[in-house]
Amino acid sequence: MDPRNFNKFYFAPIGATTMSHSKAAGVFIQDEPRTDWHDETLWFVREKRDKAVRQVPEWEQLRELASGIKDHTLSNLDNYLSAFEKNALANGVKVHWAADAAEHNDIILQIIRENNVLRIVKSKSMLTEECHLNPFLIEHGVEVVDTDLGERIVQFRNEPPSHIVLPAIHLKKQDVSQTFHEHLGTEAGNNDPQYLAEAARIHLRDKFIQSQLAITGVNFAVAETGGFVVCTNEGNADMGTHAADIHIACMGIEKIIPRAEHLSVFLRLLARSATGQPITTYSSHFNRPRVGQQMHIVIVDNGRTKQLGRPDFRNSLKCIRCAACFNTCPVYRRSGGHSYHTAVAGPIGSILNPNLDMKANADLPFASTLCGSCSNVCPVKIDIHVQLWKWRQVLTNEGYAPTGKKIAMGGMAFVLAHPSIYRIAGKMGRWVLRSLPFITNNKTLNPWYKQREMPTPPKQSFRDWYIKNKR
Amino acid sequence: MKVGLFIPCYIDQFYPQVAIATMELLEKLCCEVVFPLNQTCCGQPMANSGFANLDKGCDKNFVNNFSGVDYIVSPSGSCVLHVKEHLHDEDESKSLQIRSHIYELTEFIVDVLAVPNITAAFPHRVGMHVSCHGQRGLHLSSMSELVAPTFSKPAQLLGMVTGLVLTQPKRVDECCGFGGTFCVFEEAVSAKMGKDRVSEHEANNVEYITGVDVSCLMHMEGILKRQGSKIKTIHIAEILNSMEAVTVSN
Repeated sequence: MDPRNFNKFYFAPIGATTMSHSKAAGVFIQDEPRTDWHDETLWFVREKRDKAVRQVPEWEQLRELASGIKDHTLSNLDNYLSAFEKNALANGVKVHWAADAAEHNDIILQIIRENNVLRIVKSKSMLTEECHLNPFLIEHGVEVVDTDLGERIVQFRNEPPSHIVLPAIHLKKQDVSQTFHEHLGTEAGNNDPQYLAEAARIHLRDKFIQSQLAITGVNFAVAETGGFVVCTNEGNADMGTHAADIHIACMGIEKIIPRAEHLSVFLRLLARSATGQPITTYSSHFNRPRVGQQMHIVIVDNGRTKQLGRPDFRNSLKCIRCAACFNTCPVYRRSGGHSYHTAVAGPIGSILNPNLDMKANADLPFASTLCGSCSNVCPVKIDIHVQLWKWRQVLTNEGYAPTGKKIAMGGMAFVLAHPSIYRIAGKMGRWVLRSLPFITNNKTLNPWYKQREMPTPPKQSFRDWYIKNKR
Repeated sequence: MKVGLFIPCYIDQFYPQVAIATMELLEKLCCEVVFPLNQTCCGQPMANSGFANLDKGCDKNFVNNFSGVDYIVSPSGSCVLHVKEHLHDEDESKSLQIRSHIYELTEFIVDVLAVPNITAAFPHRVGMHVSCHGQRGLHLSSMSELVAPTFSKPAQLLGMVTGLVLTQPKRVDECCGFGGTFCVFEEAVSAKMGKDRVSEHEANNVEYITGVDVSCLMHMEGILKRQGSKIKTIHIAEILNSMEAVTVSN
């Protein structure tokens, strides 16, 4: 798909989706060699993850432990959030609470205005993507530069990230070369990764030095200390926050863990699940502002308490954003992150986003075969595929099923509930397939037939055979 | 031991040979097999499409057909999983009785019948397709994502078949992309996933692809036929019930 088509989507508020997952996936797959490359690249990450987790004999116990800690935390979230706030305040950090994306963006803009800030650097934060912070700030005349390499690439291209850990995974080095040629003046056609990385480094150094304010996400916020941890591989969070006078960290309410010692569970799980590394290159602990620096934390709800109130879906809030479910998902690998038309794509996105907007995201829980691989790789044991199934029921009950599907399913359920009608329908169906194959062998009307032959219908059903031969 | 044979609707209509093989195999293994004549469908197509609320009729019919047998056995992992997880009745004791006594064919042979041997011969190179619902739902075999010992009930049985050479695709347990109504509503991804599965089996020079779920096999069969491939799909029951002559070459 022409990436420029995403501009409209990217700057539109949540809900104004343009293309359903199945349609967008169809467009993505039209370039089959590129689809294969995308699939193989992400499968390589999945294999790296497999190798890494097999080095840890107690892996399954760690997952169980992490899941238990998160369950406990979610059940006591109010207490841990208050404790975190109290301890953070005592450390000299300013704490802000945002009910939704708009409040989150307003709080940040206010800090920017109060301090007359014009230039901002940002390290990777999926929450700010979820809140569409970048377009909001740019609209208000503030320069915001994403400093994660992948994020910077997609920012240049005016695209949303297609993956929460590997934001530019849908792009090849040729695409990056072209993008850098257009935006950084690198040599046209020079695809050397070393050369391109060097160009990005020089460009970003300037931005780090010039910026007055750094925004980061939060991987883990520790209730007992009021501190928080940011995990990066590029050190860009540290570069940003050390150079700037103001640090704003944005976190969803579910990022809390009770104690510092729990980091020993989560840090072991996160990078192994994400990329197959034992640990991220940088696990930066922020506790208090350095002398002369301001440190702010914005704690955001944006639909999370609503999800917490849904018994079937609350444990999706255990997610630590490792993206292992993306990498293992056979559908994601063959449809690309943009086909999910949301900030957080992949299987986890498909159970989080209907909570934010059922109508706009009613297609996502159906973008799965329910194979269950996502639940198996999840380091905090979210039953993702079970929740996908349950969201399908909720969406149908709330009236978001397409009319054609509703009619087809109603008819099917009626036939299958009546044995004699089922037998007549089966007989007729097999007769049609045998005698009038042109009815089903139609690539426009029958999606099955587009790339697959129909099964060969036998003259008699098993039941017919059974009655003749066994009775 | 009275076994109620549950033949999913599309097997009844399109793959009667799989049902016949299942029945003959169970009888060879000394089970008394009954086939309740008014069975239709487990209701999975509706439920997986978000219409579990339309399943009351199917559920009722299923309970009527399958109450009163010792075990219910079916040559389909995914239909068995659906019944195990989602069958309901006004009298829940009836549905629970069924849910706790329903088995996929290979797990029934391995776990309940626990036969030491199966007399079967199938002198061919066969690729194993691991069907997700049987594997990750019913735990018929180990899963590549987990740090756990490897095992496979279907492969264990195929290991007893004379002359059979079993191969695994490169990605041992990736989904084939059938996914019920996913195969039409997400046609592009579904077909691409199927093509990718099939090509890994082709690389192993197999003559057949087998598995515990006819639905996955039907999907891959459709792709193979469209491509004009010589590879055939065959349900595991047909292999375990097979007595092809084995030529010994020197």
